[in-house]
Amino acid sequence: MTSVLQALNRGLHAAFQDPRVHLLGEDVLDPYGGAFKVSQGLSTAYPERVWTSPVSEAGLAGVAAGMALRGLRPVVEIMFGDFSTLIADQIINSISKFGSMYGGAVHVPLVVRTPMGGRRGYGPTHSQTLEKLFLGVPGLRVLAANSLSDPGELLRRAIFEDDGPVFFIENKLLYLQPLLTTEDLQDFEIELHTPPAAYAATHTLRLRGASAPALTLTAYGYMAELARQAQLRLAFEHEIFCELVVPAQLAPLAAGGELDAALAASLSKSGRLLAIEEGSYTLGWGAEVLARAAQAFPGGLKTAARLAAPDAPIPASRPLEEAALPDVEDILATAQRMV
Amino acid sequence: MPPMPDQAGLYRQMYRIRRFEETVLDAFPKGLFYGTTHTYIGQEANAAGVLAHLGAQDIVFSNHRCHGHFIAYGGDLRALFAELMGKATGVCGGLGGSQHLHWRNFYSNGVLGSTAPIAVGTALAEKAKGSPAVALLFLGDGALGEGTVYESLNMASLWGAPVLFVVENNHIAQTTPIELALAGDIAARFNAFGIPCQRLDSSDVLEIHTAAEAEFAALRAAPGPRALVLDTQRFGPHSKGDDTRDEAAMASIRQQRDPLALLAPKLAEAQRAALEAEVQAEVAAAFAQAEADPFPVALP
Repeated sequence: MTSVLQALNRGLHAAFQDPRVHLLGEDVLDPYGGAFKVSQGLSTAYPERVWTSPVSEAGLAGVAAGMALRGLRPVVEIMFGDFSTLIADQIINSISKFGSMYGGAVHVPLVVRTPMGGRRGYGPTHSQTLEKLFLGVPGLRVLAANSLSDPGELLRRAIFEDDGPVFFIENKLLYLQPLLTTEDLQDFEIELHTPPAAYAATHTLRLRGASAPALTLTAYGYMAELARQAQLRLAFEHEIFCELVVPAQLAPLAAGGELDAALAASLSKSGRLLAIEEGSYTLGWGAEVLARAAQAFPGGLKTAARLAAPDAPIPASRPLEEAALPDVEDILATAQRMV
Repeated sequence: MPPMPDQAGLYRQMYRIRRFEETVLDAFPKGLFYGTTHTYIGQEANAAGVLAHLGAQDIVFSNHRCHGHFIAYGGDLRALFAELMGKATGVCGGLGGSQHLHWRNFYSNGVLGSTAPIAVGTALAEKAKGSPAVALLFLGDGALGEGTVYESLNMASLWGAPVLFVVENNHIAQTTPIELALAGDIAARFNAFGIPCQRLDSSDVLEIHTAAEAEFAALRAAPGPRALVLDTQRFGPHSKGDDTRDEAAMASIRQQRDPLALLAPKLAEAQRAALEAEVQAEVAAAFAQAEADPFPVALP
């Protein structure tokens, strides 16, 4: 069994074969290897290219930007996704802009990796899912790892195949998930679709032998795994057949305000959409997905809904945190109401 | 003894900046430019004296007040006028405007302090590649209010980044005098991070040239961060027509600290007149060309 964490670590080790790759982050030296161990082993193998930094997120994002401007391929580890607010200026006013505001002559190929998500009891400032703050930033690609395909390979491609900046979203609970094998997924037919000018595939999962879908679920990251579990239970316990569309690229979305082609294909069959995310509800990823779906189906969908965390800080207490963050039961209940 | 600096060359460079900026301020009310501008009048000796020591491989990061740096770096006057006009022939095709320039190894950005870690990163990248290039960062006293600057000094010192921080202290940030914005001492800020700092209160380009020469020599001999604080005066407004300072006090400062007036007596009168006439013609021609240049037609 390979976990998502191991896959990411292998992806980094593979990327470090190239001397242009540097890693910058806090507490990334062995034996610690980063707070979540994604960077383990790198500082032992490549001591001159692993920069353990002071607690200076904005500064280290800027340093990485400078390295990227001058031909290196830096990877920045932000220990908790919550701290990505501290690099927002570098991301928004420098890193994502240089590629266009200087007339197209400059590239900033860097990857910022960071774990988002709760369900660990870390409380309001260490549990958030904040990528929605970065989804509308022009010039920034946002990717979210999942356990359906090798996230280490996705990370490696983000480092080398992208001449622009990438915000690479990991998830604390996803780290310990096994990479799903063909055997794990034997109940599913899986279709892969890679959007134009992208390298991160969208997965569409449908149960083998299922009748036409009554509902399309869409989710990314760890929430996609919860949605997959809900998809199985909806079929086996409630005879509600859903398709699940899992994008790995959250931004940019399709050009011209269009809907992701895989999602459009599924909705043309089901006519019902449930977008599920761990981030807070208002102006989230799901809001944009629903808006685009509304535009893509001018005759209207039968129904559309969003499932997200409430617009409130994530509580530290276990029962309260569990109540706040959407889970499999919430997906089951919402889906049943929709069909 | 190092060779004497090229006095006529330094005068020419400063006068080119002066004439460029005067042309900008003169033409703005006529609607020939679009957006905003931050002129460098009064500070010309800093760009001319410091950038005279730059090698082709070296990297420059500049700020919102970047025209003088760009011109002294060797940037084209017509392309700079055109960029301010939003023309297709501009330095960045009209996408950047006055504050956002990139040409060769020159970069400027309009968010104060944001360039500090980036400059450090470029210096570290060049060091990692085994290149002899060094990075130069221009900061104003206003940027010393930004926290990211201090993160950058810390990292530059920890990691031995070959970077020269040049603080142009013009004693005012937009309309806020330094007394209301800066506690403590500027040089002590660098020293606290173990970064050697030279401070010079001068508008004499020859003195600045000499001070910068020592900084570059030390930087190339032992790569690691250094700082040069240049106390200076901005004669013009922060942007356009937003100067709230006392006019009489400014007139007096201008009389004492004009870098052109300070160097002029060292040149033969006829040589200086010829040089000024050449520069006036050069700037006028660049302006006329930019004015005739086309606007971009579509988003890239």
